[in-house]
Amino acid sequence: MPDQLSALSGRFDVTVVGAGVVGCAIARRFALSGARVAVIEKAVDILDGASKGNSAILHTGFDAPVGSLEQSCIASGYEEYLAIHSRLGLPLLRAGALVIAWTEEEEALLPTLMEQARQNGVSDIEALSEAAMRAHEPGLGPGARAAFRVPREYLIDPWSAPFAYLLQAIENGAEVLRGAEVISGRRDGDWSLETTRGTVRTGMVVNAAGLWGDRLDERLIGRSDFHIRPRKGQFIVYDKPASRLAAHILLPVPNKVTKGVVVCRTAFGNLLVGPTAEDQDDREHAVLMPETLEALKRRGAEILPRLKDHTVTAIYAGLRPATEFKDYCIKAHDGLNYITVGGIRSTGLSSALGIALHVEHLARLALTPRSAPAWPKVANISETCPRDWQTEGHGGVVCHCEMATRREILAAFEGPLPVRSLAGLKRRTRVTMGRCQGFFCTAELSRLTDGRFVRPMAERAE
Amino acid sequence: MSLPRETDILVIGAGPAGLAAATVLAPSARVLVLDRETSAGGIPRHCGHYPFGLREFRRLLKGPAYAQTLVRRAQAAGVHVATGVNVVSLLPGPRVAVTSNAGITEIDAKLVLLATGVRESSRAQRLIGGEKPGGVMSTGALQGLVYLEGRRPFRRPVILGTELVSFSAIMTCAHAGIRPVAMIEPDPRVTARWPAAVYPHLKGIPLHLSTVITSIEGRERVERVVIKGPKGESTIEADGVIVSGRFRPEATLLDGSDLIRDPATGGPVIDSFGRCSDPSYFAAGNLLRPVETAGWSWAEGVAVGQAMRAALAGRLPQGDTYEVKLIGEALDWVVPQRVTGPDAVAFDRLQLRVTRSVAGRLTVKVGGSEYASRRIDTRPERRITVPLPPRAGAVEIVLEEE
Ligand SMILES: Cc1cc2nc3c(=O)[nH]c(=O)nc-3n(C[C@H](O)[C@H](O)[C@H](O)COP(=O)(O)OP(=O)(O)OC[C@H]3O[C@@H](n4cnc5c(N)ncnc54)[C@H](O)[C@@H]3O)c2cc1C
Ligand SMILES: Cc1cc2nc3c(=O)[nH]c(=O)nc-3n(C[C@H](O)[C@H](O)[C@H](O)COP(=O)(O)OP(=O)(O)OC[C@H]3O[C@@H](n4cnc5c(N)ncnc54)[C@H](O)[C@@H]3O)c2cc1C
Repeated sequence: MPDQLSALSGRFDVTVVGAGVVGCAIARRFALSGARVAVIEKAVDILDGASKGNSAILHTGFDAPVGSLEQSCIASGYEEYLAIHSRLGLPLLRAGALVIAWTEEEEALLPTLMEQARQNGVSDIEALSEAAMRAHEPGLGPGARAAFRVPREYLIDPWSAPFAYLLQAIENGAEVLRGAEVISGRRDGDWSLETTRGTVRTGMVVNAAGLWGDRLDERLIGRSDFHIRPRKGQFIVYDKPASRLAAHILLPVPNKVTKGVVVCRTAFGNLLVGPTAEDQDDREHAVLMPETLEALKRRGAEILPRLKDHTVTAIYAGLRPATEFKDYCIKAHDGLNYITVGGIRSTGLSSALGIALHVEHLARLALTPRSAPAWPKVANISETCPRDWQTEGHGGVVCHCEMATRREILAAFEGPLPVRSLAGLKRRTRVTMGRCQGFFCTAELSRLTDGRFVRPMAERAE
Repeated sequence: MSLPRETDILVIGAGPAGLAAATVLAPSARVLVLDRETSAGGIPRHCGHYPFGLREFRRLLKGPAYAQTLVRRAQAAGVHVATGVNVVSLLPGPRVAVTSNAGITEIDAKLVLLATGVRESSRAQRLIGGEKPGGVMSTGALQGLVYLEGRRPFRRPVILGTELVSFSAIMTCAHAGIRPVAMIEPDPRVTARWPAAVYPHLKGIPLHLSTVITSIEGRERVERVVIKGPKGESTIEADGVIVSGRFRPEATLLDGSDLIRDPATGGPVIDSFGRCSDPSYFAAGNLLRPVETAGWSWAEGVAVGQAMRAALAGRLPQGDTYEVKLIGEALDWVVPQRVTGPDAVAFDRLQLRVTRSVAGRLTVKVGGSEYASRRIDTRPERRITVPLPPRAGAVEIVLEEE
């Protein structure tokens, strides 16, 4: 069984610790290359760390530091996503971005940023006068002065993408152990990883533990070259009609003092305002602050004044695995058969496939790529493609705001990675993530999910 | 059972308002009622407590029995009720697009009634801080779990809000053996008049007025709730939060339709016949405004059903409608938003609400001259009505605060 509840047996060529977007992409890469791959994730479902809440922008890397590893991983990851997304059933919302100057100082910075973009190989950018900018985005507030356009900044589904990567890994032989934390490891030629669900034998270990990357290094190789200091980002999601207020991803000019606020649509048809950038020591708790959310709302309404007529659908916060270094911390530790993939702070969704290529290269394993790899397609839950509720036999709609059907929900319990928590079900089907936040569908969900979750939604009243 | 492609009257929503209208219309037209839930009856299906049905049936019923009675009466009158059918868009014609297990289909009608009800606003809409553990839910979700599924999501929740529905939350808890540990109200006063039935259950539930929830703590399940009130910040051990009230019409269908929405109520703009800006669409019940009782919504359904019957027979005046304007910063909304002439209307009075506790003189004018006036001393969520104007013309409702 691919999703072992109890343990993994036999020897693996590569074991990836952590099923965030980065670990999922790395597992896929090695599986396609013919390795016997294991993935170990401590949470009961995948994507429970940094990858659970981001802005879902597929970056070109136009604003990444020139010559950085981050830039090159984003560029190659971006390219591979475009090449594979439709085969895996993944959406692509070709929104394009505007980098908007709101002050004189910011306006003065635009040429430098455009030059940086060109140096990063993003040459199809276009300077926009105020009039041209407003022609693209008539809803912009009065303070916007000028902009440049990055046509190939896109939006994707942040949960289906990593799920599809992992699913493809599984269909090409990878095995996944969820609800298992890697506690320690020994090396005697091969690695023996001790997890809360037994020992896993593996030739190579890839640390993709995200927010816990430094801790995992300490546990397994006794030291870490970096220290994770999470950077929290809070968001407000507006109801679907607000998505008509802006076509582009509206980016701020990066600034040393204040991190600007991004406004963009989502693949699910909502409008997002955020994130903040707040350093903290806590790796576990991403706390929402009412004052910060109010400030985000105010800033959102400065960027798009008509936003004040729209209602909030959701609020959330994510943690970026930031370190003391600006660039990614990716390193093959000599003689240890151990690769650390750490500090994938704020661009991991875009770069994951590129990171995977880079890691494969660092691993230097002698592998025979699969000759006819399997290409599973994931169910579409984005608004960019037809949805299940539009087709026959969906069994009725359960979540009326996000239009999740009974057939979609039941399907999430099947297959090699059945969801085992409400959080996991949300990421797979969008149930309860809409404007009513569970008002209409909670009761029915409790029945449909009976016996499926590690923690049931509600106990039976005797 | 397959859906017809065409009908005389299409009703969206099988709650008290939709079923009441359908029952009135059934003797003179083919009536199809659609509801997206798997059973008809609307919100009362999961209000497992009294009092329902007094106005409608002169019987004291619990919500589920009341809902069943409404459905049975409609069916007995010849109404076709189809469940598991989501209306997904409203088109001119009128025509609606629906999805059911058969996929997407379209249905044509002579007239359509919108009766899609209300929902409570969520924790997100109120920007309540903290983490996002399980166990934070609306009263509606709790009632569904308790009364429809026989489940208990928590044992010691905090209740946010003191609206009528907040007291329903207390009764729902009592039914399921759940002990609320506190009631939190941001205002200095309790919003609703406390219903007698709730008194025995209030014992031992501390009420915190002028208090807000600043943070919900816990990763998997709620563990603590941090509140801030007149005495500063404190922490309550709790395993759930019931975020009750602050209703909003379930008017999603208006987005993307040609119908005009009133930003103040959140529902459609209607005239005193219940007609929307496209006169082939009518609306009734709590879709019109947050929020009224089942009995009130039912009565609106009856009245608008009668107006629709007149419209089918070509007996509804097509003349001008006039705006009803609110003057006074504490006035929140008015329904209907437009009035016709004084004769034979569905809404026999104007209904309004205030945004905060106020006292003052309420004056109503038509064409600039006063026709009614009285003193009010009221709070948000409390019903206020004024008479319709005695003649056609633009109406102004003025509140002068004391
Ligand atoms: C606010 C915000 C906005 C962002 N916006 C964007 C964007 O628009 N575009 C973009 O490209 N990127 C964006 N990002 C960045 C992106 O989300 C991250 O770079 C990415 O999620 C990092 O993924 P990861 O796999 O490295 O880490 P994680 O997702 O944290 O995955 C690590 C996994 O390892 C598991 N784990 C940890 N320790 C152990 C152990 N001992 N044993 C077993 N399992 C373990 C964890 O449970 C976790 O699931 C954003 C991030 C944030 C927070
Ligand atoms: C949690 C809660 C508790 C309440 N408790 C009480 C109480 O104790 N006493 C009381 O008098 N009132 C109570 N109310 C007020 C309640 O709104 C009214 O009792 C009454 O239900 C209003 O009737 P209605 O017909 O307008 O709407 P509803 O009863 O809400 O019916 C609307 C119907 O429309 C359907 N619908 C919505 N959208 C669509 C669509 N797109 N396609 C198809 N069908 C759709 C819904 O499924 C629903 O069945 C409560 C309300 C709530 C939310």
